[in-house]
Amino acid sequence: MKYIMKILPSLLSGAGMTLQIFFWTIVVSIPLGIVLGLGLTSEFKPLTAILKFYVWLMRGTPLLLQLIFVFYGLPIIGIIFNRYDAAIFAFILNYTAYFAEIFRGGLQSVPKGQYESAKVLRLTYWQTIRRIVIPQVVKIVIPSIGNEVINLIKDSSLVYVIGIGDLLRAGNVATARDVTLVPLLLVGVIYLLMTAIVTYILGKVESRYNTWK
Amino acid sequence: MLELKNITKKFDDRMILDNINLTVSDGEILCIVGPSGAGKTTLLRCISGLEKANSGEFILDGQSFNPYENRDNDSVIGVVFQDFQLFPNLSVLDNITLAPKMVLHKSDKDAIEEAKIQMKQLNLEGKETLYPYQLSGGQKQRVAIVRALAMNPKILCYDEPTSALDPDLRQEVETIILKLKEQKMTQIVVTHDMEFAKNIADHLFQVSPSNE
Ligand SMILES: Nc1ncnc2c1ncn2[C@@H]1O[C@H](COP(=O)(O)OP(=O)(O)OP(=O)(O)O)[C@@H](O)[C@H]1O
Ligand SMILES: [Mg+2]
Repeated sequence: MKYIMKILPSLLSGAGMTLQIFFWTIVVSIPLGIVLGLGLTSEFKPLTAILKFYVWLMRGTPLLLQLIFVFYGLPIIGIIFNRYDAAIFAFILNYTAYFAEIFRGGLQSVPKGQYESAKVLRLTYWQTIRRIVIPQVVKIVIPSIGNEVINLIKDSSLVYVIGIGDLLRAGNVATARDVTLVPLLLVGVIYLLMTAIVTYILGKVESRYNTWK
Repeated sequence: MLELKNITKKFDDRMILDNINLTVSDGEILCIVGPSGAGKTTLLRCISGLEKANSGEFILDGQSFNPYENRDNDSVIGVVFQDFQLFPNLSVLDNITLAPKMVLHKSDKDAIEEAKIQMKQLNLEGKETLYPYQLSGGQKQRVAIVRALAMNPKILCYDEPTSALDPDLRQEVETIILKLKEQKMTQIVVTHDMEFAKNIADHLFQVSPSNE
């Protein structure tokens, strides 16, 4: 117990870093994913081609590679990020692609008649998107978004490779120093706690959307 | 009064509507009839601005107008879709008041007050907070009618208003349409049901398949 209290502060500060990466990725990637999802469903072919290429690239290569590329690769051509910015940047790039693809599917499942119905009521395009389309899309995509969000918590441990002091690193350092399994077990418990909280919040959001079908 | 002059509509190179001429006078009910695939829905979509006619002219009260590009002008044409297309994420009241509030910039209070008057007229009292999935087909249709009326259209269009309903509800639709006629609403009704058409129409307009 005493040992746990001793290592807990460093684990919690690692968890703080994990949560920061998680938070910024979600806050930027989801709205950006909606916008790119709209782009992917647009009729303007050059735009959809570029966006499809981007999605293909981000989903077709490992996040780990992207992370290493941004932090160790880009400086070679003169683009230098500090560790933290590199991590956030790589995660946003990667997760936006996944979210865009999810939103594209959601957008395409809203029937054309809904847009026409809004059009004859003379709602503008953005009013239609905001009040009619997005709520319907959100309802459809919540489960897939939920999966990605939970993946993100776990994926955030990849920042370890560019030397960021996240939760996993904190646990690993303690285990190596003190030759005990306890820190790693504790790390597992903290991840479980974080995913449990996120799962709970997702359930709440989902039930809010259950008032209509 | 709405006049259509020499309206033609092609899909790719297929002629669907070939030189349509018709007139709808104020307060009358025009029924558009014809066999399946003749282009009735297409004609209604041209009138309501959902399709662009290839050529011809629309004249409303003596003024030329283009339904396809009419979005920023006065509300002219209301539409009740075959499958209603209510917004599933909005309550009945929000379905009705959304456009009056966002497009006509009515206050919440005015929009709700007006919606309630029309809802009462169409027997929808007490349904304000329900969602579309909780309504019967006939109720959905009446909500769709109230929603269209809430934008004060000069003309109200229906595509096959009896097709999605039980046969015994046909009478009810007739009653509603005739009631609106008493209130001087100009209405265009697409239907393949000749008996229904004869019961309500002041004029019939036959659309025949163009053979090309
Ligand atoms: N978007 C479209 N693209 C190409 N062809 C179309 C399109 N919409 C309709 N058509 C064709 O135009 C013709 C007329 O269709 P329309 O839906 O207007 O017929 P309708 O008279 O309403 O038939 P029904 O009584 O079955 O509803 C059909 O041959 C249809 O295949
Ligand atoms: Mg039709």
